[in-house]
Amino acid sequence: MAISAFLTDTTVCIGCKACEVACKEWNHIPADGFTFTGNSYDNTGSLGASTWRHVMFLEQPTALGPQTTGTEDPFRWLFLSDVCKHCENAGCLEACPTGAIVRTEVGSVYVQPDVCNGCGYCVVSCPFGVVDKNHEVGTAFKCTFCYDRQKEGLMPACAKACPTQSIQFGEINDLRERAQLRIEELQRRGYNDAQIYDPKESSVGGAHAMFVILGQPEAYNFPPAPEVPTVHLKSAWNAALISAAIVFLVVCLAFAF
Amino acid sequence: MNPKRSNLAEKTQITEARLDALREEAARSGKVQAPGIVPVSSPFPQPASASYNGHPALKPPTWTWQVPLYFFVGGVAGTSAVIALLAHVTGNAELARASLWVAFAGALVAPPLLIADLGRPARFLNMLRVFKLQSAMSVGAWTLVAFSSAIGLAVICRELILAGYGNGFVLLLEWIAEVFGAATGLILASYTSVLLGVSAIPVWSENRTLLPAIFLAGGLGSAAALLELLGFRLPATQFIGLVASAVETLAAIIIEVRGRYVDRPLREGGVGWLTRAGSLLAGPVSLLLRIFWAHSPGARTVAALCFITGALIARYAWIAAGRVSSRDPQALFQIQRPDGHASATR
Repeated sequence: MAISAFLTDTTVCIGCKACEVACKEWNHIPADGFTFTGNSYDNTGSLGASTWRHVMFLEQPTALGPQTTGTEDPFRWLFLSDVCKHCENAGCLEACPTGAIVRTEVGSVYVQPDVCNGCGYCVVSCPFGVVDKNHEVGTAFKCTFCYDRQKEGLMPACAKACPTQSIQFGEINDLRERAQLRIEELQRRGYNDAQIYDPKESSVGGAHAMFVILGQPEAYNFPPAPEVPTVHLKSAWNAALISAAIVFLVVCLAFAF
Repeated sequence: MNPKRSNLAEKTQITEARLDALREEAARSGKVQAPGIVPVSSPFPQPASASYNGHPALKPPTWTWQVPLYFFVGGVAGTSAVIALLAHVTGNAELARASLWVAFAGALVAPPLLIADLGRPARFLNMLRVFKLQSAMSVGAWTLVAFSSAIGLAVICRELILAGYGNGFVLLLEWIAEVFGAATGLILASYTSVLLGVSAIPVWSENRTLLPAIFLAGGLGSAAALLELLGFRLPATQFIGLVASAVETLAAIIIEVRGRYVDRPLREGGVGWLTRAGSLLAGPVSLLLRIFWAHSPGARTVAALCFITGALIARYAWIAAGRVSSRDPQALFQIQRPDGHASATR
């Protein structure tokens, strides 16, 4: 099977939340309850165990490309549908002690719900703060990349429901090319701060869910240079082994007298 | 006329003539050049640093109260096995037996604590489906199995020998079990610090080289303190207690003096004071008691109690600090671009 990916584009998202609803309905995800955050139209807050697509609403004192607003201060209202990044080197997958989290044949990162025992180590190992534990069920949940649909040759529910093609689904290299063309077009049209968010150069090794964003990644709570935590294995274990050797020496010394 | 409306008209100085002028301008040029309305309390406050509405960029640890307690028990049990081995080597049979039993008690208590924290406790055996070197949790689960087996075997051998059933084979088996128990004990006492250090939580990950020293010193000092409380007030336990408190003191000084932004949860707020209380008890307080009242059994007991309490508090404080750290997106962003350069975007 081909390696598939998402390309989610801020510049054409209209903030309708069809993706959130489609995701919830297809995957039978429980409700998040009714909360009023006061942050624009976003009453979901962030991705979590019961939110696998999350539409962000950004109000920024910046002009939207070449557009003017007719008010004294520049202003733009941005929307972006966040999702699990399905990292090439996934922190959750590396951390999982039960082998519940696996890499599928379409390249996505999948939590097997019947294997996970809810140890919670993936939760603190995700550099993007995506996967979380559902405390009622007791196990970890995140976007499945609609693995069930993809196996039947269908596109993920969110991409299918998106009315503006803000969420594009396809073969990963195709989408990387499409993202590059889109950035070039946006730059040409005066959207100078358009960029691709895809941590290819870092230890994460690239995402299977890329984004076209305007402005800095921090504004979307995207880490600017994410690292898969296992890059620190060597330094942490070295420190542990040195400390353990010192402990052994100290105990030897204690009994030498 | 509505008195409220006339009031409003006065305030904004809108007259009928102004409305006529606006209509004429709009009809003539297609748009109106007016400053617009300045909303009350504008300009609106903007966040000082970029993040999504200050929302956490990471998920907080989901671990319950059993986990820090497990860290503590694992630390005490693992280092007790080392003390047992060295006591056995140097011929202190009573201490060897007591510390073996401490290690064994820890090996009995630790698994239920870990299992109780699982979201699906009935699936605890899934931990042993795979062995993954890159997952500190997997290494830890297997280490716990190996350690418990070795210490259980060592205790059985020791008691068999004491009951008069010892022969060459049992003696050899005890030695092998003790050496294996001490080796896996050192991993058991230190892997928990690697578990935290190799995570996405900034305050843990940025302290990954300091955490093993803190966790091992806490475990070793508590094991020695526990043996003192059980009546073994020996020069050896005093020496271990002194070194462990010195390491705790040094680690606390390093965290305070470095003054890094990422360490703020360890210095500020309620969790900061919890961290300091733990460091103070296990560090300077127990160190000074051991130095200045070395020959007073009472002071040794107080020092031992202080160290155990401090080390236990510190385990809870580190988990709580991770929770605080996960909530602060700036802690994550700052360690990733100290020079303002991003690599994730093109």
